[in-house]
Amino acid sequence: MMRPGGEQGWRRLPGAVLFWLFGLVWALPLLYAIWSAVHPPLYSTVFALFAPLTWHNFAQAWNSAPFARYFLNTIFLVSFTVAGQVVLATLAAFAFARLSFPGRDLLFALLLVQLMISPAILLVWNYREISWLGLANTIPAMGIPYLGSAFGIFLLRQNFRTIPSELDDAARLEGCSLLGRLWKVYVPLSRSTYIAFALASISYHWNDFLWPLVISDSVSTRPLTVGLEIFATPDQGVQWSLVTAATLMSSAPLLIAFLLFQRQFVQSFLRAGIR
Amino acid sequence: MEERRLGGWLFVLPAALFIFAFTNLPLLATAVTSLYAAPIAGHGGGFVGLRNYLDLLADPGFRQSLVNNLLYAAVTVPAAMVLALAMALGVNAAIPGRAFLRLSFFLPTMLPMIAVGAIWLFFYTPQYGLVDRLTRLIGMGQINWLGDPSTALPAMMAVAIWKEAGFFMIFYLAALQNISPQLREAASLEGASRQYFFRRVTLPLLGPTTLFVAVTATISAFCVVDHVVEMTQGGPDNATSLLLYYVYDTGFRYWNVNSAAAATIVLVLILAALAATLFGLVGRRVHYR
Repeated sequence: MMRPGGEQGWRRLPGAVLFWLFGLVWALPLLYAIWSAVHPPLYSTVFALFAPLTWHNFAQAWNSAPFARYFLNTIFLVSFTVAGQVVLATLAAFAFARLSFPGRDLLFALLLVQLMISPAILLVWNYREISWLGLANTIPAMGIPYLGSAFGIFLLRQNFRTIPSELDDAARLEGCSLLGRLWKVYVPLSRSTYIAFALASISYHWNDFLWPLVISDSVSTRPLTVGLEIFATPDQGVQWSLVTAATLMSSAPLLIAFLLFQRQFVQSFLRAGIR
Repeated sequence: MEERRLGGWLFVLPAALFIFAFTNLPLLATAVTSLYAAPIAGHGGGFVGLRNYLDLLADPGFRQSLVNNLLYAAVTVPAAMVLALAMALGVNAAIPGRAFLRLSFFLPTMLPMIAVGAIWLFFYTPQYGLVDRLTRLIGMGQINWLGDPSTALPAMMAVAIWKEAGFFMIFYLAALQNISPQLREAASLEGASRQYFFRRVTLPLLGPTTLFVAVTATISAFCVVDHVVEMTQGGPDNATSLLLYYVYDTGFRYWNVNSAAAATIVLVLILAALAATLFGLVGRRVHYR
């Protein structure tokens, strides 16, 4: 809205400088962590312009805890959860958007409770249920409470309702079954909603911590977040260069994905945010 | 059509089953559990009515968690929102290097809370941490930010604000970019000042965004405690304990399930009150598309 350069631009200079300062202060914690991760421990809190750079911290962190295993666990957890959510939400959203069946509106209202009260705060009973099912300390256990996603159903239902029913009718006249219509008409026309939901859900579950902490109890199931927490808060003697290296390492996939697909991520959060 | 009568249920069933099993059912079960007590020495078990709630009120740890959490929400929500709006306004203007600025504001939200916690633990470390070095530079004494009960909660608030503000910025930024340039041209033809335009046109148009952001921010102020688990375990002296952390601590460290259930219900009631206020607001004042 402000014209670049020119008289007005210069009059606004103090504001711009102030804003830049604000941006720099905001970047400080991350820059400080990056500094400490790419320099030898000796320099981790000493700022010398020509301090030697090193990748050694990353290698050492990677080797001093089972990070490879944690990565695999997280990747498995996230793909299982998001894939399950997408399939279940697609079926339900289609029925809520286009089919009529007894009790539909009441059921919809009951499911929407989840928008406010997420399974994540019902730790005590979800822990019991998962234990009764004999699933405690397994990777699926960390995703199962989230498989039914009211949020996904809501987003997809909104989108399905905007699809012209003429398209649907045409498919029906050609003898398409319900599932066939869903697959051939609704799903392809909702691509951007799927991307939006998937990106938002991937970043949520990649970062989820408290529920996995409660339900996982061994190296073979622990996701990255729980592994990182254990690594970052040892009982004594924290070597900060290793912790910051491990921290950046475990956040890297999502950060890199974000840098590559910035526009899609931002679009996805915006769409997912409009309730 | 008959196919649809049953068909609809078949489509909904799998998702509904999971949502009922892990949201609605545990919600009810938690409410019931909160009215019972486990048999321990001195007390018989069984139905105890509201005794767990009265015990909670008598527990200084719970009272402090509740007060902490209300304070935490009352500070972090408005602060993150104001900063988010400032970020959006700045980034929306033609400032050189705004791509860098946008990234600097937004990246913290892409980090897991656990990573943010680790970074800020380092940032706050006495002697080595940047915060302590800066405060010493300007002549303040050494402060153990997370170790002192009077600074620990504000220090945790800063962490939450740092992580969340950039996320809310993108909603404000999108809303600002939706405001038609013609409005501004019309206003400048009429000789309206920038401040006047901001107050009378921009701010009201940001109403729905502000409502959405406020709700999202409040929910996360009550439902995200990862950094508490990692950085302070609620200490020192419960100074940083939040409600959900109290639930976790009571339920999974002391295994007092009934008391944890009662605390969960308090948390649920707060969220429900928030939901009720939200629907009231949406119904009445804020204009939604």
